Amino acid sequence: MNRTASQWAIPLVVTGALALTGCVENDDASATAIAVTSTADECQVETATATSGPVRFEVENTGDDVTEFYVLADDGLRIIGEVENIAAGSSRDLTVQLQPGDYFTVCKPGMVGEGVGQADFSVSGDELEASESDQAATDEAVASYTAYTKTQVAELVTGTKAFTDAYRAGNDDEARRLFPLARINYERVEPTAGNFGDLDPKIDYRKPGAEAEGLEFTGFHRIEMDLWIDEARVNYPGEDIQPLDQAGRAAVADQLDADIQSLYDQVHADDFELTVDDITNGAIGLLDEIAAPDGKLPGEENEFAHTDLYDFLANVEGAEVAYGTVRDIAAGKGQDGEDLVAELDEQFAAMKALLATYGSYDAGFVSYATVDQTARNALGAQLNALSEPLSQLTFTVLGVDPGE
Amino acid sequence: MSDPTSPEGTPARGVSRRGALGMAALAAAGTAAGFGAGRATAARVDDPSSQTYAFRGEHQAGITTPVQQHLYFASLDMTAGADRDDLISLLQDWTEAAEQLMAGREVGDTGAVDGSPLAPPDDTGEALGLGPHRLTLTFGLGPSLFDREGDPFGIADRRPEALTPLPLFAFDLLEEPISGGDLCIQACADDPQVVVHAIRNLSRMAFGRAQVRWTRLGYGRTSRTSAQQQTPRNLFGFKDGTANILSDDAEALDRWVWADDGWMAGGSYLVARTIQMTIESWDRTRLEEQELVVGRSKGEGAPLSGGTEMTEPDFEMQSSTGDFALPATSHVRLAHPDQNDGVQLLRRGYNYVDGNNDLGQITAGLFFLSFQRDPAQFVQVQSSLKTDALNEYIRHVGSALYAVPPGVRPGEHIAQGLFDA
Repeated sequence: MNRTASQWAIPLVVTGALALTGCVENDDASATAIAVTSTADECQVETATATSGPVRFEVENTGDDVTEFYVLADDGLRIIGEVENIAAGSSRDLTVQLQPGDYFTVCKPGMVGEGVGQADFSVSGDELEASESDQAATDEAVASYTAYTKTQVAELVTGTKAFTDAYRAGNDDEARRLFPLARINYERVEPTAGNFGDLDPKIDYRKPGAEAEGLEFTGFHRIEMDLWIDEARVNYPGEDIQPLDQAGRAAVADQLDADIQSLYDQVHADDFELTVDDITNGAIGLLDEIAAPDGKLPGEENEFAHTDLYDFLANVEGAEVAYGTVRDIAAGKGQDGEDLVAELDEQFAAMKALLATYGSYDAGFVSYATVDQTARNALGAQLNALSEPLSQLTFTVLGVDPGE
Repeated sequence: MSDPTSPEGTPARGVSRRGALGMAALAAAGTAAGFGAGRATAARVDDPSSQTYAFRGEHQAGITTPVQQHLYFASLDMTAGADRDDLISLLQDWTEAAEQLMAGREVGDTGAVDGSPLAPPDDTGEALGLGPHRLTLTFGLGPSLFDREGDPFGIADRRPEALTPLPLFAFDLLEEPISGGDLCIQACADDPQVVVHAIRNLSRMAFGRAQVRWTRLGYGRTSRTSAQQQTPRNLFGFKDGTANILSDDAEALDRWVWADDGWMAGGSYLVARTIQMTIESWDRTRLEEQELVVGRSKGEGAPLSGGTEMTEPDFEMQSSTGDFALPATSHVRLAHPDQNDGVQLLRRGYNYVDGNNDLGQITAGLFFLSFQRDPAQFVQVQSSLKTDALNEYIRHVGSALYAVPPGVRPGEHIAQGLFDA
């Protein structure tokens, strides 16, 4: 897929971080006003089209829960703008500067999970000129990525709960189906989660990692081992691996839910802050997670379930969102910046196209155990083709003056 | 940064950091004076680590160049989806980097430590402080590059006739992952870190266009290409390469090494064979038997027909028992030009050791490299070795063939002739 610049342009949130926190009513009189109604299970947007420029979404919460409203980029992942904490019965505005292109609108009553009423929203008209300072663009990128991180962790809470509920209930087929899906949100923001020292080991450590550090083996992979116990016995033939009883299941499931909730609390805390190099280096870190000796490419991440391709795609998506938030900044850094952006657009598309030959989240990916070494080498070659230019992103965004 | 091809260029930063002042200028002077691959340009005669060879010239360096002590060899495949532009741009990038590396400079505009702290360095840095150590970089193109489905590189009709995959030989036990490849780079120098640095940086810049298929680290040259060089020993403990083609034998080089077919004129064909030795078995073999298998004495390296190392073997001489002094199955007899219609190869192999197998046997052998005007020369000699007594102690486990294009002329890139209509 060829993404045009306009599809990827970072539409500018007019009031920057202030609009995102929803603390200040926007007073841009020239903005197009669009009414939004958030109910318990719907997200009604008055019109699904607008002309490029400032657009003000006037969100009214008629449901019983606190709600949020989002404008998402055409990948359905990157956040263009959001307004949080809309109490039941109240209204708040979100004003965003929208470039021509395709977007989604979505509401999130209860402020967790995937949200409701996701709908297309398209913007026509002329390309807007970005006349902003580097600093303002950087601030917006950080605000956008911070919001994205929060959303992913919010969805992780509900996705994990569905998975652990099935597991606690002994509905193992359903739990096996949900295992790779619940992990998607985690894998998209893994480096950020890794910043919370003791949480990542509890949530995502592999068996050898936990044992090497003398930690109790908990989290996703502990449950994975129980759900694919035959594979576990093959991988660790010298060990007497026994299935967990009901109390054992409840203990690891409760622990995972609690650890994910703790992650949610931390990224939604007032002092949660990301920097622009958290974004760019996080993107590189995500790809490193794939290629690591205990990562997805060697098939070690999910050594029992062989669902590594789900995690692989999620890491790539997370890196692409991070890249997308700073893409226009990089593109503004002279010919080198334009070349880098063109190369990264091409390589992200090629990486996702190659992964798509193995399946999708919805249709399911093939077991990684069936992907032979030649095919893994091809995945590795494409990952290298993407990782090399991505390693230049931090420098291009932060180290080059615009217009150079 | 100064231009390495400019004779009056001042030494670049990277060069002075490595303590090899003036090297680039001297190497360039060598080019201007008419390049000979065998000619090292000594910046300081008392410091062999600073010696360089010019990258550009009539032939690629690393063929007749006096064999260096260390080798790192890489075979690469073009990545899926790569096209003609990708191949050409890769060869251009390699040309630029090879010129820097052979001159003892860091690769890229900002080298290992002079770039932005926010960006990964252009050069990986492990050769900082080391001299060029006579580094040569030799590039080749495998048959599969010309064969690829759909001809994405637009070169199928430019494939040299001689570049036909080698046949399977008796006792071949080839492993596909360490055989073949679209492209190769042979890095030779007198320091192991220098050759590893070169391959690492060249393969890094290939990401997205080509990917390493297999590599082989070699040490201790097993042949000589110069009369001044001592004949070294292979891991069987025998002198190897006594009867090699030497760099000052212009007639033999023209007859047996330099190709003259079309765009390959001035190039050569490279055969690379990973020959595993069962050294544990060999080491249990009595000395007399070892010498009969090889056909030479282990100490002096003289043919069993008598004389010293350089004495020509006498294939008719009989021992007191009435057998040939040089047994019919001895390696020297079967491989000798006299037994192969005069066919000679320019050998440039190295010993290798690569860990061990599950049985506690050391994985070791000979990484055989030979350059020839036509791969048919190798095929003829290797076919003669079918009854070689040495076969009991060796297995060929890797095999590859490459067209090594002629030398790179000023303003051109590696294999430019392949793409010029």
